[in-house]
Amino acid sequence: MNLIQIAWRNFCHRSLSSILTTLSLSLGVGLVVLVLSVYGVINEAFTRNASVGYNLVVGPKGSPLQLTLNSVFYLSQPIENLPYTEYMEFLSKSERAKLVEQFDGDEELAQRGGRYAPFIGDGFVIPLALGDYFGEFRVVGTTPLFFEKLRHGPDLEQTFAFSAGRTFKDFSEEHSYFEAVVGSRVAKEMNVGIGDEFFPTHGDPTGHGHDLGFTIVGIMEPTGTPNDRAAFVNLEGFYLMDGHAKPIEEMPAEVIEKPRTEPESTESGPRIAKRDDYRLLSIPEREVTSILIRTENIMFAPSMQNAINEGIRSQAAAPVGEINKLMGLIIGPLKNAMLVITLITCVVAAVGILVAIYNSMNDRKRDIAVMRALGARRSTVTSIIVYESLLVATIGAAVGWILAHAGITAFSGTIEEQTGVQVSFFTTSGNEIWILPLVIILALIAALLPAWSAYRTDVGSNLSS
Amino acid sequence: MLKISNLVKSFPQPEGGSICVLDIPQLSVDEGEQVALIGQSGGGKTTLLHLIAGLLSPDEGSILIDGLELTKLSEQGRDRFRAGTIGYVFQTFNLLPAFTALENVRLGMTFGSGTTESDRAMDLLKRVGLGDRAQYRPSQLSVGQQQRVAIARAMASKPRLLLADEPTANVDPRSAETVLELIRETCSEENVAMLMVTHDLQIASQFARVDRLDELNQAFEDQLEVS
Repeated sequence: MNLIQIAWRNFCHRSLSSILTTLSLSLGVGLVVLVLSVYGVINEAFTRNASVGYNLVVGPKGSPLQLTLNSVFYLSQPIENLPYTEYMEFLSKSERAKLVEQFDGDEELAQRGGRYAPFIGDGFVIPLALGDYFGEFRVVGTTPLFFEKLRHGPDLEQTFAFSAGRTFKDFSEEHSYFEAVVGSRVAKEMNVGIGDEFFPTHGDPTGHGHDLGFTIVGIMEPTGTPNDRAAFVNLEGFYLMDGHAKPIEEMPAEVIEKPRTEPESTESGPRIAKRDDYRLLSIPEREVTSILIRTENIMFAPSMQNAINEGIRSQAAAPVGEINKLMGLIIGPLKNAMLVITLITCVVAAVGILVAIYNSMNDRKRDIAVMRALGARRSTVTSIIVYESLLVATIGAAVGWILAHAGITAFSGTIEEQTGVQVSFFTTSGNEIWILPLVIILALIAALLPAWSAYRTDVGSNLSS
Repeated sequence: MLKISNLVKSFPQPEGGSICVLDIPQLSVDEGEQVALIGQSGGGKTTLLHLIAGLLSPDEGSILIDGLELTKLSEQGRDRFRAGTIGYVFQTFNLLPAFTALENVRLGMTFGSGTTESDRAMDLLKRVGLGDRAQYRPSQLSVGQQQRVAIARAMASKPRLLLADEPTANVDPRSAETVLELIRETCSEENVAMLMVTHDLQIASQFARVDRLDELNQAFEDQLEVS
């Protein structure tokens, strides 16, 4: 028999004490693994979602983190709005001219290209207008470019797919201004489908509803991004809702009133509207909440970010950087605090090992003396005690790891649904590799006192007693 | 095989000073010889066995076993020597409760020769009539059976000298006969010298050589003189 087998026999002989001690350690280890895994899921969810194919998000001056949270994650409140002309600074001369012609703006705007347009090149610029809600979910006014250009998935190669319907389209008599696409979670929780109409509420989930409704033409497949919990509407339709036009003093009141006529209804499909049914907002009346930008060359992004941030009106934030800062400043320390608490649990469990083994020393002094009489050296009986402690530690760590990962696996469906992060039984965070060595060190420390007691056991007196 | 000269051992007293419990000028056991050592309770029998086994160090004197001076060995050296040379049968058997009968015997080999010959362990159990109880734990065995396992364990590491500390004291008279016979037979078969201490004259009478500790131990005489 080797020493580990002997230690195992001792472990089994005091089965109740051994199992309880092991269980307390496994709970400690399980908590550590859970904290690490939850942090890993949060980290991956934020990091993945912070990068959906664009380099920068531009918004009004203020907190770049807030800008990132509200424009990328649809959390927090928008800072303010930017004039539409700020959005036009990212467009080429021809694009600007087209907008001026389409929306009645200052002719001078069409005379030059946007200040930042050279950075964009073959990249893209996507405006977002936020502020309304569908139930508890954010309504995002944007353009069809959002679905055309943005990507998601681990390698940012997946385009947005639709479980039903299609993306909304620019205005035509067939498609009108009031088409909407909803994320998978919105469709599920609000129980809506293709052809359903919803009326965004203004300002917050309990705000008053707008008179104009949007017809759902597409339901997105789950993406594991914040887009799952957003309702996307045509930006022009968003502008047409009451209260979304920036008040302009020189605009006659009768011109601001809209729509001029109710659109015709059809038996099925979205409502048919004619362009003349509505007065589209002029450029001075338009605002955007933020702008998603991808530069032609990623190397241009920092230069453009600096250029924007030097201005007085806008700021540019790199979502990945902001999220890393958030993780570093808030979630990282929170994780560390949780880790400290759970590690203390492990230390308490290790003290449990110490107490359990040390308390058994009185009972086993005679056994130790017998082993010594049979020829075992002091170091041998000491090693048996240490091995016993290591057995508790190893089994406790393994059981704790298995319990934690079984728990994670049990909730993998919910985790994926809520965060888009796929987890399986064997999904591990890098730091988990340190758990076993750490527990073993704790067990070795816990074994010191009982092992010393075993080392000092007097053979003669214990055999005679 | 065993030669003891001028062996002195004393123990400190709680009230200060020390008391000499053993002072043996001469004692020897030849190879394969079986010796019964009679002594009263508290007469230093167990202390003598502990000294010969190297579990205690004497204050003075020499213990020569197979030509090796035990008193000059370090504690580790004595452990190693004991493991390879000495078998020990205790009065209270001292089987380890966490292990089966077979494992208890194998433990004797683990700590003794360092080998774990399962066949030898099983053979020994069969020789003591417990082949069918190999997987029993001590608590599942009778007192006599436990002592037989203890004998098998003591012989497991093929010792040169078996020390038996009143091995029949805790078993009934009928079992005592069996146990004694087993020890003697096993020692004879393996040519192992045996020194058995007992206070039972009937048990001792079965040995060809019987020594009286109170005659060998001068410390005992001194104590008598003091009292």
